[in-house]
Amino acid sequence: MLNRLFVQCPQCQTTHFISFFKSAHYVCSRCGHHSRLDPPHWIRQLCDRGTFRSLFANLKSLDPLRFPQYRQKLDAAERAASGWEAVVTGTAEIGDMPVALAIMDPGFIMASMGSVVGEKIARLLEHAADHRLPVVIVICSGGARMQEGILSLMQMAKTAAAVRRLHGKRQPLITILTDPTTGGVTASFAMLGDVSIAETGALIGFAGPRVIQQTIGQKLPPGFQTAEFLLEKGMVDIVVPRKHLRATLVGVLKIHRTRPYPFHHGGGE
Amino acid sequence: MKPAIDVVRLARHPKRPTSRDFIEYLVRDFVELHGDRRFADDPAIIGGIGFFADIPVTILGHQKGRNVRENIRRHFGMAHPEGYRKALRLMKQAERFGRPVITLIDTPGAYPGIGAEERGQAEAIATNLYEMSGLRVPIVALVTGEGGSGGALGIGVADRVFMLANAIYSVISPEGCASILWKDAAKASAAAEALRLRAVDLKELGVIDGIIAEPGEGAHEQPGEAMGHARKAIAMALKELLVLDEETLVRSRYDKFRRMGAFTLDDGLSGLI
Ligand SMILES: [Zn+2]
Repeated sequence: MLNRLFVQCPQCQTTHFISFFKSAHYVCSRCGHHSRLDPPHWIRQLCDRGTFRSLFANLKSLDPLRFPQYRQKLDAAERAASGWEAVVTGTAEIGDMPVALAIMDPGFIMASMGSVVGEKIARLLEHAADHRLPVVIVICSGGARMQEGILSLMQMAKTAAAVRRLHGKRQPLITILTDPTTGGVTASFAMLGDVSIAETGALIGFAGPRVIQQTIGQKLPPGFQTAEFLLEKGMVDIVVPRKHLRATLVGVLKIHRTRPYPFHHGGGE
Repeated sequence: MKPAIDVVRLARHPKRPTSRDFIEYLVRDFVELHGDRRFADDPAIIGGIGFFADIPVTILGHQKGRNVRENIRRHFGMAHPEGYRKALRLMKQAERFGRPVITLIDTPGAYPGIGAEERGQAEAIATNLYEMSGLRVPIVALVTGEGGSGGALGIGVADRVFMLANAIYSVISPEGCASILWKDAAKASAAAEALRLRAVDLKELGVIDGIIAEPGEGAHEQPGEAMGHARKAIAMALKELLVLDEETLVRSRYDKFRRMGAFTLDDGLSGLI
């Protein structure tokens, strides 16, 4: 979608010059819709030029349940993503500050969390704990990866426990919630950020709007489960449009860089 | 081995022993405790304190209703955020007083509703996963009926996880899975097979530690017998866990969940991005 000369906003159908669209951070100038980005685009949005170093890129999914059509789905997604999985992990500098960074890819089976996503997030959190790095995760997900069954559910426990390990070393988790953040990912590391920043208009929730509507048999209020709704309900710290995201992130990272006083326990477990 | 869909039906059998039955059977001098101290008392999760054998314990679990009326009141065992927060309050209380925790899992899933989302269903579950992974007392979980997704795991991060032979534990209901995969909820039978949600499947996948036998057709026929087997398994687990020091306990629990998953290392691909 982003490789042609023109691009159409999926929300209001306005056609934009790709070059203008790019300089507007892939946000529609007419309706404000934030386009979903793949990891290379996110790296350019957030990181200091040329500082991203990939980690754990060699982890690849298996088909442990021999689930119908999963292997074909994986092969197609891997081809489209040029090899990476639904999350890219590594280290980078943001505003000259070193961070551990994970970016989820909506183009890869809707960034659903299977074993590889859970393992890469857990490894990144452990790496950051060992190297005393703050962690930034750009989150987007359709939820747990159904095709890996119970093993995907267990990634929720694994990642949540790994956040605890990061906190054991007194390092912060900064979550960036983008459209859409739902299901098992929301109910694990996405809601455990020390500072959570949501992109304007992003859908964020546990149950999908359709499931809720079916269960309660009534229409959902306008704006339900948007970033702004979560801010009002006290579930996120900050809502920003994408053009202010990097500056906001730099501001938060700066405050976490210096320790005002030494800790009692020296940052042990 | 029974077809998966038959096990699903047994796991949801209306006469199957509920958490309250288990608590009555397993625990003496039970005192039920209520409320999350933040919003409400969720009837979909019950819990309290009592003696298991001679050990003071905290015990809690999802509670389904015995009839339609009670099921409506208890949201069919689907907890709201306040249910998970009540569970967490009881677990932190157990930690404070050095009591082991027993959790009983039996839910179709966390409640999907407006209030649940407004009050942070995802945050409540995430916080339980986070806190349970570090709780400094033993936790034993028992999936007695339906282990429905994040709503089940929200009280399921334990040192030992057991399942009754006809219980299920899954990332999604077979009906939900079928309607996503084949746009047809009627294909639940095929989805149940594909999801590998039976106790035997989970044992093979390394997610649970043991299977509790059920008599005859299922636990509803002679609940006492199934619950007796559960008591033995829990007693054995507590015996093993209560001798561990806190550090070892918490580290082992971390390692247990850390190992779960299936992936491969392909070194030809490293550094692509
Ligand atoms: Zn637009």
